[in-house]
Amino acid sequence: MSDVGSPIHAIAAKRWKIALTLSVLVLVIYFGFILLVAFGKPLLSILLGPGLSVGILLGALTIISCWILAIIYVRWANHHYDDEIARAARWGRKS
Amino acid sequence: MNIEAVVFFFGFIALTLGITYWAARRTKTTEHFYAAGHGVTGFQNGLALAGDYMSAASFLGIAGLVALNGFDGLIYSTGWLVGWPIILFLIAEPLRNLGKYTFTDVVAYRLQQQPVRIAAAIGTMAVVLTYMIAQMVGAGTLIKLLFDLDYTIAVVIVGAVMMAYVLFGGMLATTWVQIIKACLLLGGALVMALLVLAQFGFSPTALFAKAAELNGDQVLKPGTKVVTGAWDAVSLGLALMFGTAGLPHILMRFYTVPDAKQARISVAWATIWIGAFYLITFVLGFGAMVLVGMKGILAAGGGGNMAAPLLANAVGGSAFFGFICAVAFATILAVVAGLTLSGAAALSHDIWVNVVRKGQAPESEQLRVARIAAVILGVCAILLGVIFRGQNVAYMVGLTFSIAASANFPALVMAIFWRRFSTWGAVGAILVGAIGSLVLLYCGPTIQVDILHEDIAKVSQNWWYFPLKNPCLISMTLSFVVGIVVSLLTREPAAEAEFAQAERRVILGTLADVEASGRPVAAE
Repeated sequence: MSDVGSPIHAIAAKRWKIALTLSVLVLVIYFGFILLVAFGKPLLSILLGPGLSVGILLGALTIISCWILAIIYVRWANHHYDDEIARAARWGRKS
Repeated sequence: MNIEAVVFFFGFIALTLGITYWAARRTKTTEHFYAAGHGVTGFQNGLALAGDYMSAASFLGIAGLVALNGFDGLIYSTGWLVGWPIILFLIAEPLRNLGKYTFTDVVAYRLQQQPVRIAAAIGTMAVVLTYMIAQMVGAGTLIKLLFDLDYTIAVVIVGAVMMAYVLFGGMLATTWVQIIKACLLLGGALVMALLVLAQFGFSPTALFAKAAELNGDQVLKPGTKVVTGAWDAVSLGLALMFGTAGLPHILMRFYTVPDAKQARISVAWATIWIGAFYLITFVLGFGAMVLVGMKGILAAGGGGNMAAPLLANAVGGSAFFGFICAVAFATILAVVAGLTLSGAAALSHDIWVNVVRKGQAPESEQLRVARIAAVILGVCAILLGVIFRGQNVAYMVGLTFSIAASANFPALVMAIFWRRFSTWGAVGAILVGAIGSLVLLYCGPTIQVDILHEDIAKVSQNWWYFPLKNPCLISMTLSFVVGIVVSLLTREPAAEAEFAQAERRVILGTLADVEASGRPVAAE
């Protein structure tokens, strides 16, 4: 079992690293937005044009960035990660 | 009474009860009752997750908040979404691969079953009941406004219909009710947004500019109504973000899909649908502000909740108004059904089967107990709705998310990631999170000032006064601290020894079953 353990765990460790990085990104984006609401009112109040303030733009971008990060992760995990794990598991059982 | 609303509503009831009849004939085992036989696809489950999550509070409440406050209401729109990517990155796979029917399965995986299951069932029931109060009271008030129906009758209708879904159709019927509701809600909101934008040359900024012209530029800028202080904002943000990842009826949905791959796909779809919905609320809120006007919204009563239905009337006439009212009713019905099912699973699967019967109960008994639990919860829902009639229960939603983030989320995370996490660490973390949330909320401005109308200058002099509106920042930290300290004091070698096996299961998922069964691998 021990010879199977290491490649699978290495692949899994890579997934946790990516998952944690993306989670931290979401945290930074969202709490960045919230802290701007609390402390950066003048900045968020700047009007970029008629009807569009920096605040509204950043609010919409927060939602859109959640979409993008989720899609990036699922594409990577479903196309690369799962295959690598399955290959490593097969290889482990064969030997 | 609006005839179109009644027709649309009964159409929805007829359709969903038909589906319940179809699902009832397929619901023969606990596997079906709790998890729809693991046969739901990722795309379907994504819609169902969105259906479970998008409550009347988010549809009518946020539209109203934006219509009356402008930008400040949007803070909620973003907050309600950001928990979803976190569920995707950190929770979805371990949850799907370690558990069977409830998130408690994951927390109790390596630990002593009885104490952990009892504590986690308390965490689940606290969330289910507080959320249920918010939904049922909201339902009664709303239906009175929309259909001019007696409050008690409205509450009984909601309770009875959702009990029928859960009791007979189990998870399969509940899933399809959620999917239909999500499609109706997203479709209805989108059509309404397009009808609004059609009056502004399909340009959202033209709509926002009109809103600023009528009500002043401040509607586009952060004000002081929703976010009062930085710590309040952070505490609320934490509750919204991590509370989503601790809602038992959401976590339970991950067992309806066949594997971790489909679980990921379902969260990605849920993120897309829910995000799209909240982007649409930007347009609906400002649309109501311009086309209905703040005065008209306030005059309709319900503290802004009528903004979206009134907007429907303004842009689509009475038929569309009826349709949106029916959708709002369906929304509440579906969310309460999801809550009831997860409460029933906690009572029967966690408490009855694993604590009382120590895991040894025949299938038919498990199913019978689950159905009895569903009836008990249905009756509870109706009673709670009647008891809390006419009270301001808006704080219940905040409390729900605070308990979910402080009791369920820390235990789940530590069970998955930390080898040393022990039985009593789990029990302590869950109980401290749940009780801490309740006590701090009671000692804070939400209850003391908003509900009990104490003078803030006087009450804040008390030693026990807690200055934050949402307790999550402190209660969640406490829960993690207690979980860590107690685990370090009560070492559990048996649980630590099993960590490697659990970790392997998280990684391999269904591949681990193939390995354990010792079947030779084909074509190798």
